Amino acid sequence: MQNTNVAYDSKVEGEIIVTQADAVINWIRKHSVWPMPMGLACCAIELMAVGASRFDISRFGMEVMRFSPRQADCMIVSGTVTYKMAEVIRRIYEQMAEPKWVVAMGACASTGGMYRSYATLQGVDRIIPVDVYVSGCPPRPEALLDAMIKLQDKIGRERSVKNLTARNAKPTKEGSLALAGAGKES
Amino acid sequence: MVESEFAQLKERFDYLSARQSADHSAVNCPADKLVEFFTVLRDDLGYDLLVDVTAVDWDAQSPRFTGIYHLLSTTKHEYLRIAADCENDIKPSLPSLCGVFAAANWHERETYDLMGIHYDGHPDLRRILMWDEYPYHPLRKDFPLAGIEVPLPADDVAEATGVAVLPAPMMGGPFVSSADGPMSQTEPSARDESWTEQEEKPTE
Repeated sequence: MQNTNVAYDSKVEGEIIVTQADAVINWIRKHSVWPMPMGLACCAIELMAVGASRFDISRFGMEVMRFSPRQADCMIVSGTVTYKMAEVIRRIYEQMAEPKWVVAMGACASTGGMYRSYATLQGVDRIIPVDVYVSGCPPRPEALLDAMIKLQDKIGRERSVKNLTARNAKPTKEGSLALAGAGKES
Repeated sequence: MVESEFAQLKERFDYLSARQSADHSAVNCPADKLVEFFTVLRDDLGYDLLVDVTAVDWDAQSPRFTGIYHLLSTTKHEYLRIAADCENDIKPSLPSLCGVFAAANWHERETYDLMGIHYDGHPDLRRILMWDEYPYHPLRKDFPLAGIEVPLPADDVAEATGVAVLPAPMMGGPFVSSADGPMSQTEPSARDESWTEQEEKPTE
């Protein structure tokens, strides 16, 4: 992948910054992620802790949690997804404006977790594309923060201009099923 | 309930019979007398709180289904369990108690949803946990824990994602631990994790 970090020397360039559209767009996007808390079970309690002062997600520019899909661009699926709820999650995801990302928080959202039963969807990635998976039952707030930083890394590597110009095409998210911890690839 | 009170009840309602119980007092009551009996319990005997409505599936036995009710007297601080057998094993039914206890409404919907017991006279007998079109009653003994394949409730989502309600991968389960022995050995654990819903279980 080409280098998107362009050096800036004010003595040489003065008021002008030379960079790439991808780098600017991704820089803007990744420092202003608006999460939508899709709180479905006990993981949502940890999610609330992440939003509160002790762990403080606003350190990473993500404190604007929106409960409307129209105003959010990152769905944090925190909890057990039942088959009955799967339809709702899919519809809410479809209502979010592009670009949008999904974090599967905890064992249940990632794989169904301990709910090997007739009522539970065995992983939310069956119905919506997941960008980052977080292990844990429930994960520690630090683990979710780590996942959000991984998501920022991922946003930083997107081909945003290409996605913008190819509006009708599916956004080409590189490695859209990358696991948490795989953020250092490419 | 003290012995004398049961004797009084028995004297007043000769259709009652004593029921074995490890904890609270319990009586058997015929299904067609439930409404009458509950009305008296509520109005005259102080059992003013309906705590639970559920049912038992006795599998191969007949009668197969028994409705179970738990009442609490908030003045006497006593529980009373009432059991009523369902006559029909194929389409079990009991009279609805919504007219006596409003709390029975959702309890009966849940029991209908999971056990398939029809409550005659219920004002709104719909499923409450599973979706409306779901064809099975999952807490019956003949229903496998992993589930049975059915289409997803939303057609368009099923079409867009290709997802169906599949039997869950049991991964060597269900995990039943033995009641005896030290805790280190009674921990439920998977016997066979070599297969998932994507990979077939290997045959010996």
